[in-house]
Amino acid sequence: MQTWIRLVIAGALLIGASLAHAVRTGEPAPPLVLASASGETIDLARLRGRVVYVDFWASWCAPCRRSFPWMNGLLERHGGEGLVIVGVNVDKRRADADRFLRDVPASFSVVFDAQGVTPTAFDVKGMPSSYLVDRHGVVAMVEEGFHDDRRADIESRIRALLSQQ
Amino acid sequence: MTGSARRIRANRGARASARFAAVLWIACALASCATFDPPKPWEKGDLARPSMRFDSDPPAAKATQHIYQSKEGAAGGGAVGGGGCGCN
Repeated sequence: MQTWIRLVIAGALLIGASLAHAVRTGEPAPPLVLASASGETIDLARLRGRVVYVDFWASWCAPCRRSFPWMNGLLERHGGEGLVIVGVNVDKRRADADRFLRDVPASFSVVFDAQGVTPTAFDVKGMPSSYLVDRHGVVAMVEEGFHDDRRADIESRIRALLSQQ
Repeated sequence: MTGSARRIRANRGARASARFAAVLWIACALASCATFDPPKPWEKGDLARPSMRFDSDPPAAKATQHIYQSKEGAAGGGAVGGGGCGCN
């Protein structure tokens, strides 16, 4: 193969790799500033000092339906200790999200990102995807999908982060 | 060189450049396919709609597939992997 062809392929791969940068544990969380249904703005940077569980969900995502009651329970158990849960809805149509929320109410903050800015910034790999952010704004855990056997692990991780100052 | 020999040579050159242009055109056409990004996991809302199913009646499709399997002695191949949801 000619050298220049190799160079072109290497360059293309490099550009491709830099564009798709997934958020990994130990990295600072990307910016997230979104409005909730009540018009309240949630800014992840301003939640520094709290443990934040960011969950990307959509109305058409079946596992999300199961994750909501669990997240409501999480907030009930650990909200007092400084846990904040932010559900980021990625539906294109707001009505779909509202219908879902009528069926499966959320006691945590729900914000809306129809443009897909934040899932792009986090490079979400599947629905739902969750990111546990510690008190310093660093991603401590990345969870793809919602699996019943992962609940205990996630909650113990949240408990550990809440005990850290 | 006679006039006819020159004409043949010129003709051959034109044919070669036409072939080159054709190859270049095909290469460009194929390369443009690479610019189509598949939908991101959070953009699959429309793909997840019931109307996007290949089979209009899931239980009937399951029965058809069951009969097909018993008749053919072979399983699988009747569906595509993954739904609209990017979770599987």
